[in-house]
Amino acid sequence: MDVPVAAASTTNSTALAYVRAAPAAAVSPPMATVGVLAWIRERLFPNVGSSLMTISIALLLIWIVPPLIDFLIVKATWTGADREACLPTAERPEVGACWAYIGDRFAYLVYGSYPVAGRWRVDVFFAMLTFGTAWLLWLEAPRRDIGAAYFFVFLPVASFLLLHGFEPIGLSIVDTALWGGFTVTIVVAAVGIVVSLPIGVVLALGRRSRLPAMRLLSTLFIEFVRGVPLITVLFMASVMLPLFVPDSWSPDKLMRALVGVALFSSAYMAEVVRAGLQAMPRGQYEAAHALGLSYWQTLRLIVLPQALKVTIPNIVNSYIALFKDTTLVFFVGIFDFLKTIEVGRADPAWATPVTSATGYIFAALVYFVCCYAMSRYASSIEERLAAGERR
Amino acid sequence: MNLRPGAAADMPAVEITGLHKWFGELHVLADINLRVGRGERIVICGPSGSGKSTLLRCINRLEDFQRGDIVVDGMALTRDTRRVDAIRREVGMVFQHFNLFPHLTVLENCTLAPIQVRGMPKREAEKRAMHFLARVKIPEQAGKYPSQLSGGQQQRVAIARALCMSPKLMMFDEPTSALDPEMVKEVLDTMVALALDGMTMLVVTHEMTFARQVANRIVFMDAGQIIEINEPAPFFANPQHERTKLFLSQILH
Repeated sequence: MDVPVAAASTTNSTALAYVRAAPAAAVSPPMATVGVLAWIRERLFPNVGSSLMTISIALLLIWIVPPLIDFLIVKATWTGADREACLPTAERPEVGACWAYIGDRFAYLVYGSYPVAGRWRVDVFFAMLTFGTAWLLWLEAPRRDIGAAYFFVFLPVASFLLLHGFEPIGLSIVDTALWGGFTVTIVVAAVGIVVSLPIGVVLALGRRSRLPAMRLLSTLFIEFVRGVPLITVLFMASVMLPLFVPDSWSPDKLMRALVGVALFSSAYMAEVVRAGLQAMPRGQYEAAHALGLSYWQTLRLIVLPQALKVTIPNIVNSYIALFKDTTLVFFVGIFDFLKTIEVGRADPAWATPVTSATGYIFAALVYFVCCYAMSRYASSIEERLAAGERR
Repeated sequence: MNLRPGAAADMPAVEITGLHKWFGELHVLADINLRVGRGERIVICGPSGSGKSTLLRCINRLEDFQRGDIVVDGMALTRDTRRVDAIRREVGMVFQHFNLFPHLTVLENCTLAPIQVRGMPKREAEKRAMHFLARVKIPEQAGKYPSQLSGGQQQRVAIARALCMSPKLMMFDEPTSALDPEMVKEVLDTMVALALDGMTMLVVTHEMTFARQVANRIVFMDAGQIIEINEPAPFFANPQHERTKLFLSQILH
């Protein structure tokens, strides 16, 4: 046992006070608490129950992962011109994923039936969208106010002119019935995302308004839309909307679905934004008012920048749900990404036992990559906020 | 000096007559009459829940009131939004919890209102802000965010932010109550300096040393009423009302 230095050095054997005379030396921790072995013991086998769980999960992985790799990679067919490449033969009784089919159909999965000569327009649209998204998502980017204007005002107009066409500048009209594949999925999701945030903010403010009429209207809209499944909204938009507008003006099918998706996501967005508004301390409003800022100035300069920032994770969450929900437009006859997979599946040129599985796995991968990217972004923001870096 | 044309030199900064306020059934301010002269420094004290803060908050209409009149700088306080905003422009307020805007830098906190409310050019607003930040002795923190500052520094920024609007009247609502003890002095020193410059001040505080040193008059409130108003020396030496005596005996130990 170490005797405290001060106590030992006192001439008086009955020291009244303990005073450390020198700093305690740093000592390495006991061996059993650091290192790989300790980690394994502590995290994987701390007790009987957890050990059994560890072993079961390991067995489950051994059971699932190798066959999956086998199907997706080892036995997969990578090249080929038609179904012959992916059919089981005497030399190859077991056939894995038919990636050749995805490769052959790739352009269709991305562009649908969009005219080949005009596909550069879709590529430009993708590039502009990527640019705008990156500008907005990168919180330290310069001039994010211009970025927001670009994303919420310029981009929608430019995209419409580009994809739909605008004769005066030589872009021929492409009927939306020809749009399809990943392009449509992105268009539907992007419209939902771009439209739902501003409308959601307005609805959230309306629901917190002091004016009873505003409050009632906003609440009615939000609660009605939230009380109905998206598929119902889509059917209503595609079947009932034409009943209310003159025949000559009947909006096209895609437009109807877009309206449905936008309204639906706005209602959810409103509730997300409202939570952010409610989290704002009263003192922020009071300080702004005391300085003479008006209601709208307070909202624009003080409340919304802070409220939206703390709700970014939840906003992105809604976007993930929205992105997956876009597959529902399939039911009102729109050729989104999933629908093009469905069509390709039924194509006799690629009819093999593994075509369907390959198509669905590919669809799942694409949706997963998109949603996981959004999810990672949301958690990184969440970590920054948790670290107190509230800028 | 900085009076608007036609304003009489003896026009008070604030004149409150017959003010009543209820929170639901609760009568929180009862028949308040107070006249604050230009350049006058008034400290309001009293037990918690006596309505001191509510009274301040009525003056810039952060709180509504049901009866009575408040005239600020010659303008009657009405429900009209434009009138309320006009009065708020002339009345600076410093809060117990600072209420700085966390998403803006110290400098932006100070320039926001002059630019947005007074329409001042950005360059000029920044020059003014740096002037006042220097006066509260933290010009070197201008580029930082409020969360990077200590409580005392944040409160001094809050004072500078209010001063940037060139208010005719400064109101302080328990400005040192949320501070760690070692930071109280730096904030009080700033307020003393402001008083020496002749600023009209209305201060709710429990800092009796400050009151003695700075106040022209001390207002004692209890249960929503003004119980006693007096100059500091007689107020402390010879309180008239029983409740004032009780309060002072509790607070001065």
